[in-house]
Amino acid sequence: MELKFAARSENESFARVAVAAFISQLDPTVEELTEIKTAVSEAVTNAIIHGYEEQEGIVYMQCSIEEGTVELVIEDHGRGIEDVEEARQPLFTSKPELERSGMGFTIMENFVDSFQVESRPGLGTRVRLVKTLKSHSVANRH
Amino acid sequence: MSLHISTEVRGDTLIVRLEGELDHHTADMVRQRVESELDRGITSHLVINMERLSFMDSSGLGVILGRYKRVTAGDGRMSLCAVNDQLKKLFELSGMLKILRIYATESQALTEMGVA
Repeated sequence: MELKFAARSENESFARVAVAAFISQLDPTVEELTEIKTAVSEAVTNAIIHGYEEQEGIVYMQCSIEEGTVELVIEDHGRGIEDVEEARQPLFTSKPELERSGMGFTIMENFVDSFQVESRPGLGTRVRLVKTLKSHSVANRH
Repeated sequence: MSLHISTEVRGDTLIVRLEGELDHHTADMVRQRVESELDRGITSHLVINMERLSFMDSSGLGVILGRYKRVTAGDGRMSLCAVNDQLKKLFELSGMLKILRIYATESQALTEMGVA
């Protein structure tokens, strides 16, 4: 599944709902669904606030399902991150004046199984999130 | 789905009830509404009721932390109530559970505030 949409805050809930609808075929638990929606919300919000700095832009989102594993890629062609390691630190924010909590990356990291950020200053940022749903994990497969 | 905010003044405590989704898009509404209520100078304490909040992300943490700073700077107290387990996880991750009190119900929160 692929989507591209304008980098506007109104579309944050659209992105969450679209992913939730797509993965509903895996019958996720409420907890899993909330975790994935929250991680998507963080990545899309980052693209809008930090990538495009609330100016015009397009957010790209891909979601695929392989057995019980959900893979999400959220990408912007915005300003990029100079120091990804620094940005990943809990409570780090480049925009404290906007009351950002600095928890976006920490939440993504905690809510999915695998989380990667690639960024090139001036070119954009790409976040990859992978999560295997419990009901589909190897241990539960008969 | 958006966010609906309702407020009630009980003594010197402002009760803010949130219904819907609190994200970057709706966080500004919460900030402006709570700030304008506090600016009236009637209330110094704040209780946020999250019973009907169906979604929140780190933008919500930011706006709550911002209000906490304002309320405590004025010697007020702030607490949250009816926070579900998923939301609690966000507060835990951010370390905010160390500074914010969470009560099961609004009436418990108000009792603790001394206004029930």
